[in-house]
Amino acid sequence: MKERIEALSASFAEALGAASCESELEALRIAYLGKKGHIAALMQSLRDVADKKAAGQMINGFKCEVESKLLEAGEALRRAAIEASIRSAKKYNPSLNKKRELGSYHPITLATRDVEEIFKTMGFTIEDYAEVVDDYECFEALNIPKHHPARDMQDTYYLENGQLLKTQTSAAQNAIMKKYGAPLRAIFPGRCFRNESTDACHENTFFQMEGMMIDENISISNLIYFMKTMLSEVFKRDIKVRLRPGFFPFVEPGFELDINCLICGGEGCPSCKNSGWLELCPCGMIHPNVLREGGIDTEKYTGFAFGLGLTRLAMMKYGIKDIRDFNSGDLKALSQFKSN
Amino acid sequence: MFLSMNWIGDFVDLSGLDKKALIKNFTLSTAEVEDIIVKGEDVSGVIVAKIASIEDHPNSKKLHLLKVDTGAGLIDVVCGAPNVRLGMKVALATVGGSVSGMKIAVAKVAGYDSYGMCCSEAELGISDDHSGLMEIFEDAPLGTDIKELYEIDDIIFEVDNKSLTNRPDLWGHYGIAREFATITGRELKAPTTHDVTPYSSLPAVEVSIKDPSLCYRYSAIKVENVTRKVSPVNMRIRLYYCGSRAINFLADLTNYVMLELGQPMHAFDNARVDKIEVQTFDKPFKFTTLDGVERNIDETMLMITSESEPVAIAGVMGGDASKIEDTTTSLLLESATFNGVSVRKTTTKLGLRTDASMRYEKMLDPELCRLATERVLKLITECDGGARVISSFTDSFVYHYPEIDLSFDKAYVDRYTGIDIPEEAIVKTLTGLGFGVKAEGGNFEVSVPSWRRTKDVTIKADIIEEISRIYGYDNFDISTSVSPLRPVRTETLKSYEDRMKDILVENYKLHEVHSYIWSDVKKDKELGIETPAGVKIINAETPDHQFIRISMIPTLLSFVKENRAYADNFGIFEIGHTVDGFKKENGYCNERKKLGAVLFSKTRSEEELFDTLADLAKEISANILHKEPTFREADVRFGFEHPANCFSVLLDGECVGFLSVPHPTVLASIDKKSAVAFLEIDTEAFAKTDKLPMSYAVPSKFPEIEIDLTFNADISAIRFDELKAAIKATAGELLSSVWVHDVYEAEDGSCSVTFRFAFVSPERTLTKQELSPLTEAIAAKLAELGLNMKI
Repeated sequence: MKERIEALSASFAEALGAASCESELEALRIAYLGKKGHIAALMQSLRDVADKKAAGQMINGFKCEVESKLLEAGEALRRAAIEASIRSAKKYNPSLNKKRELGSYHPITLATRDVEEIFKTMGFTIEDYAEVVDDYECFEALNIPKHHPARDMQDTYYLENGQLLKTQTSAAQNAIMKKYGAPLRAIFPGRCFRNESTDACHENTFFQMEGMMIDENISISNLIYFMKTMLSEVFKRDIKVRLRPGFFPFVEPGFELDINCLICGGEGCPSCKNSGWLELCPCGMIHPNVLREGGIDTEKYTGFAFGLGLTRLAMMKYGIKDIRDFNSGDLKALSQFKSN
Repeated sequence: MFLSMNWIGDFVDLSGLDKKALIKNFTLSTAEVEDIIVKGEDVSGVIVAKIASIEDHPNSKKLHLLKVDTGAGLIDVVCGAPNVRLGMKVALATVGGSVSGMKIAVAKVAGYDSYGMCCSEAELGISDDHSGLMEIFEDAPLGTDIKELYEIDDIIFEVDNKSLTNRPDLWGHYGIAREFATITGRELKAPTTHDVTPYSSLPAVEVSIKDPSLCYRYSAIKVENVTRKVSPVNMRIRLYYCGSRAINFLADLTNYVMLELGQPMHAFDNARVDKIEVQTFDKPFKFTTLDGVERNIDETMLMITSESEPVAIAGVMGGDASKIEDTTTSLLLESATFNGVSVRKTTTKLGLRTDASMRYEKMLDPELCRLATERVLKLITECDGGARVISSFTDSFVYHYPEIDLSFDKAYVDRYTGIDIPEEAIVKTLTGLGFGVKAEGGNFEVSVPSWRRTKDVTIKADIIEEISRIYGYDNFDISTSVSPLRPVRTETLKSYEDRMKDILVENYKLHEVHSYIWSDVKKDKELGIETPAGVKIINAETPDHQFIRISMIPTLLSFVKENRAYADNFGIFEIGHTVDGFKKENGYCNERKKLGAVLFSKTRSEEELFDTLADLAKEISANILHKEPTFREADVRFGFEHPANCFSVLLDGECVGFLSVPHPTVLASIDKKSAVAFLEIDTEAFAKTDKLPMSYAVPSKFPEIEIDLTFNADISAIRFDELKAAIKATAGELLSSVWVHDVYEAEDGSCSVTFRFAFVSPERTLTKQELSPLTEAIAAKLAELGLNMKI
C-alpha cells in the first residue's frame, strides 16, 4: 500500500506541475478524487489489507495532500490570470478633453441667491413683487407726496393706464407690511426701471434688493449692527461701516451707508476717490408715515429699511465692467456663470 | 456748492481746530463733502511793491523794463502788462517765492534780467482776470506780504447739492456755520446788519401780491447814490473761490448775501423799476431774461412786473431790460419767498436752473427776507459811504409757516437710538441748532426754529436725527436686536421659480438670460415678427420700445439669432414679467410672470427640440408639483408660432403656457438650416395649481410582470394622456404603470406603437395566463378608441 501511494503521489506531483489551466486541474481532481478516481480505488483495495487502520490513515493523508495541493494550485492559477488581465488591461486617460455642455445662471440670479441665503439664516422672508405698480405704492405710501422733489430725482416710465414701472424696490414696502403686519423681517429683490440713457455705468433696467425689519424696540444701534453683520457676510470678510446722514423721504433718520473700500481697504485709491470709503447702500429708520400707511402701530413698533444695489453688487463681485452686459443676452459673456 | 472756511469763520471761531478734520466730520454729521481744496498754498513770497520807473524794452514793443521799490530797495523787473503805470502799487512775486505753482527765479526776458514778477489777479489765483496787473490800494505799506492784506489762504470744500435737498437752511455759509458751531460746541455769531426800523417813516415801495398762493413774502427797499463799481477784494475772492464770478458791486452784493445766508436777492435798476406786482398772466408771452435769452412764459409761471410790465421770472431770473448796468446808481432791492413747487415747475419747463431757483425749490424760510435785506444794507453802507436808503422796508408777509412744537421723553430717544445719549447732550445739540428746548425730568418740549420748519422737521422722529447725527453715528455702541424666534415664511412662486431655474440649468443645460420688459419693434421686424400690441409706455425713449411685452418668446428668439455662432446646440431661458392687457375689474395691468425657453440646434431635428421642451415641461411639473401636464393642439396667438405645431400646456385642465416651433418665415430669418423650438409657461398659473402630496404605497413582495402590446396607430393623432386614463380605468388595481415603450414607423408609412404594461399584486405572484383576460379587455378598449392590436 505504501508503495502504491508513493507512486501515485509522485505521478500526482508531476501532473500538477504540468497543469496550466483550471480545466486541467479539474481533470486532475476527477482522476484522483472522483468517484472512480485513484483514491477511491485505494479505498476499494483496503479490503485486502491487514492493518486497515494504518492503511486508511495513510490513504486519508494522501487525500488531504491532494485536496490542499489542488486548492493551492487553483488559487495560484487564478492569481496569475488576474495579474495577466491587469497587465494587459487598456489604459484610460482622464485628461482627454471633450467638449462638455453646461448650463448657466444669470449673474444676477447668482448674486441674489448669495444674499438671499444670508438673509434666510437670519430669519428673513423672501418676497417677490410686481414690476408694474401704481403711484400710491411707488410714491404716496412712501411719504413722497405729489410735487415732492424726490419724484424729480427719478425719471419714471409711465404706462398708458396711469400705472408705472417701479423705480425702486421700496415700492413693495407698503404691500408687504399690509400682507404680514408687524413684527416683520423681509427682503424683496426686484427689477427697477428709470428712464435714463444707458452707458457702461448706467442702465434703465437694474436690480435692487430692499429689506425691512420691524419689531418692538428696533433702534439705530440695531440697524448699524445688522448692516455690519450682513455686509460682512455678503463680502465674506469683516467690513467696516460708516453712516452719514442721507435724505430719503421714506426713512427718518435716513443714512447713506459707506463701507471701507474693498480695493484699498480704506487707505484711499482711485476707485474710492481717495476717501477710503465706498457708498454702498441707503438705509434708515422707517418713517412713521410709511409704517402708518402700512397699517403698523407706530407707537408700538419701529423698524429699519435698506436698499442694496444687486446689479452693482454683481458687478463688484464678478468684475463686470459694462452694466449693459446684463441685458445683452450675449452667451459669450453670460454662459461663464456656470453654477451656484 | 462750494464753501469757504474763512467765510464760515465770520460766524464761528474755529481757531485751534484741525479744519480738514472738521470738514470730514461734517460729512458724518450733516452732508457729504465731495472735495476739499486748499487755496493759496501755491502763492508765497508775494509782497507789495511800487513801480518806481518804466522804460520801454529795446527788443519788444509789449515789454517794459521796470525798477520796482520793494521797500528794501529797487529791483529790476521785466513786465509785459498793459496797465503798468508809474507810482502804481502792485503784487510782486519775489525771487524764491511762487505763484500759480511756479517758482520765481532770476530770469532773462528778451535779453534782460528780471528779479521778480508783477502779478495779475489770475496769477495769484484769486480771480480769472489776467488782463493786467492787480492794483494794490495806495496806503498799503511796501514789502507787506500780500496774504496779510487779502484772504488768499483759505480752505474750500464742496458739498454734494443732492445731500442738501432737504435742508433749505444749509444753502448759505451762515447755516453751515451753525452746523460747525454745534458739532464743535462753539458759539454761533450772528451776521452784522443795518437795522431798517429807522426808515419806517420813509415812503413805502408800492408792492402788490396778486397771487398769494405762489408768493409767501415780498419785501423791497430802495437805495440811491451807490457809486462804487468794484467790490472789495476780499469779497471778490470769496465769490471767486465759491464758484461765482465778480460782476459789479451791486450784482456782487446780492450774490454775496445769497451765498452767505441762502436767501436769493434781486436788485432792479430803480430808474426802470419803481413799483412791484407779483402775478401770473392769462396768456403765454415771450420774455428776455438778463442772460439775453428769449423765454416762453406760460400761465403757470409767476412773474414780477412793474406797472404790468414783466421785469423778472419770480425766483428764477431777472429781465434784461431792468438789470443793473455799470451806470446804475439807484436800486430797488427784492428779498422775497416764492412757492418752491411753483419755482421748480417753472425752471423745469424753461430748462433754466439758477442759484436762486435751486434755493427756492428747497422751501426757504420766509423769515430770512428781512435779515438778508439788512445784511445787504450793512455791506452797502460799509463799502459806499454815499449810499442812501430812500424808502421804508416794505414787507408783504402773506404766509407764515405754522409754529411746530414737539414733545417727547428720554425713553423715546433711548428706544429709537438704542443707546443712552445724556440729557445734557440732547439739550446742547438742539439748542445749538436753534431749537427752543425745555427739559425737565427726562421730558422735552421743543420748538422748531423757522428755518427748519418749512418741511424738514415736523415730527419727533426728525428730532432723533438731529440728536443722533450730532452725537455721531461713529460713536454709537452697536447691538443686535432681541426678537422672539418666529418661523420664516416662504413665498411659493419664488421657490418654484428657483427650482425651475435649477432644473433648466442643471438638467437641461440651458443658459439663463435677462431681457428688457419692453418689446423691441425693430428686432421683431428683423425676425419677421409683428410686435404684439402690448400696453404702452407713454414716455419710452424710442417708439421701438413703447410696448410692454406680452410674451417672452420674441426677445428670446432675437437673442437666439444673435448667438447662433455661439454653439451648434444651445438653449436659453428667462423668467420675467410680461403684461397681458388690463384687468377688467380695475383697469390695472394684467401682469404675468412667465418662463420662456428657446432651443436652437444646427445638428438636431426640430422634432427632437420640440420633444425636449415637452419633456422639460413634464419635468418641471413632475418635479415641482408631482403631476403631469397635458398638451392640446391650439390656435396660434401671435403669429410667430408654427400653425401645424402649436400646443397649449395644461395643468389640471387649465392652460399654463404653450409649446411650439417657429413659423417658417420666422425660422428663415433666424437661420434656415437650423432648428428652433420654444416653450412658455405662466409661472403664476403654474404655481396656482395644487402641488400633489408625495404618495407612498407599501412595495409588493412579489415580482412585477411586464407585458408588451403593439397597436397600429397614427402617432400624431394619439393623445397618450387620454389613452392612459382609459387603460387605467379598464385594467384596475393590478396595473402598476404603463408607458410607450417603442414607436415604429414602417417603410410604407404605417405606424405602430408598443405599450409596456407593468402588473403587480400585493398578495401573490401573477402569471401571464391569469392576466390575459385583462390584456384582452385593454386591447378591446383601445380598439374602441381606434387603436387595433397588431397580431
